[in-house]
Amino acid sequence: MAELDTSGGGKNKGGKVRSKKQSTRVDLTAMVDLAFLLITFFMLTTTLAKPQAMDLAMPDKEKDDQQELTVADNRTMTILLGDNNRIEWYMGLVDKPLTPPQVDNYGRNGIRKALVEYSKKVIATTGDPSKGLIVLIKPSDQSNYRNFVDILDEMKVSNIDRYAIVEISQPDIALLKRDGLYK
Amino acid sequence: MPRIKVARKSTAIDMTAMCDVAFLLLTFFILTATARQPEPLPVDTPASTVKFKLPDIDIATLTVGQEKVFFGVPGQPIRIRTLELMSEKYQMTFTDEEKLRFSLMESFGVPIGNLKQIIMLKGDERNAAGLQPGIPTDSVGQRPSELHNWLLSARYATKELNNVDMRVSIKGDSREEYPSIKKILGILQEQNINKFSLITSLRADEK
Repeated sequence: MAELDTSGGGKNKGGKVRSKKQSTRVDLTAMVDLAFLLITFFMLTTTLAKPQAMDLAMPDKEKDDQQELTVADNRTMTILLGDNNRIEWYMGLVDKPLTPPQVDNYGRNGIRKALVEYSKKVIATTGDPSKGLIVLIKPSDQSNYRNFVDILDEMKVSNIDRYAIVEISQPDIALLKRDGLYK
Repeated sequence: MPRIKVARKSTAIDMTAMCDVAFLLLTFFILTATARQPEPLPVDTPASTVKFKLPDIDIATLTVGQEKVFFGVPGQPIRIRTLELMSEKYQMTFTDEEKLRFSLMESFGVPIGNLKQIIMLKGDERNAAGLQPGIPTDSVGQRPSELHNWLLSARYATKELNNVDMRVSIKGDSREEYPSIKKILGILQEQNINKFSLITSLRADEK
């Protein structure tokens, strides 16, 4: 079918061999199929290969920062990132937490439940949707980068727009040690 | 009543034009696709559910893994200008050939003293595992760290040439311990870069 007509090449020996005249048409269907397949492949790979990025804004590191914000302790949740992908969290302050510190893990069945529950509770007690939950994230030295990204992702998933990354303090480390999340 | 007779036509369609278009598009996509450069420091980025694509230009990438930091900026003119600014700071001179070779390097991770050796290596030799020790992140006495200077130079170069502020993205390995990330965040914050992007891979929705 897909053959070029090569007859008319002229003087064969004897000159009597006459090939049958064939159409010069080539069936392009398969070729078009292949071409579109490749197009699809290239289109998808060029757009999908772009890495995803998560924006992170840190507060200004002013040395002489006088404006300390005072926030109610019933609105703050502190999340400590410990070793082996574990979390410990409590509401309020470290020396007199409003809820007992609780060990949790990442993901849908872990910290997200607490985040969703408390962000609703806090709005209910303050009675003002703009005064929601404030989360302090304190990564310890034994947490890794994946934990850090995971907890930021949890903030995005549970729609908490007020969170800060804070340096971990000694009492917090002591708390982690007590519960075996820090060696 | 006479019945209208529909002339029977062949079902074969002329595919030539369609084929032309398909191959034209194919050529276009192949040519516009940029080949992925091999990375000297392979990292496994953590997954997240964010769906924000990273821009291609005017964004520096800090690759962090195995307690090493690699640095890279896109755009050849910017790389050359960055190198010139750095050579002024460290009183080194680079020939035009070295600058050109440097501008083709996607990212690198050596102290500036060893930069010339790395520049003169071939591409695949350069990316050998463990060859590049990472950019020093410790400040020496009063002098800021080399990473600090690289970032600063790249920011100046981007502003000079493209008149936009350079953004910074961090591409960290999942298993990287937090202290080395904290150190880099500290260096960025010293320069008042308070907003940056963390490169993640996409996680399938788990809802």
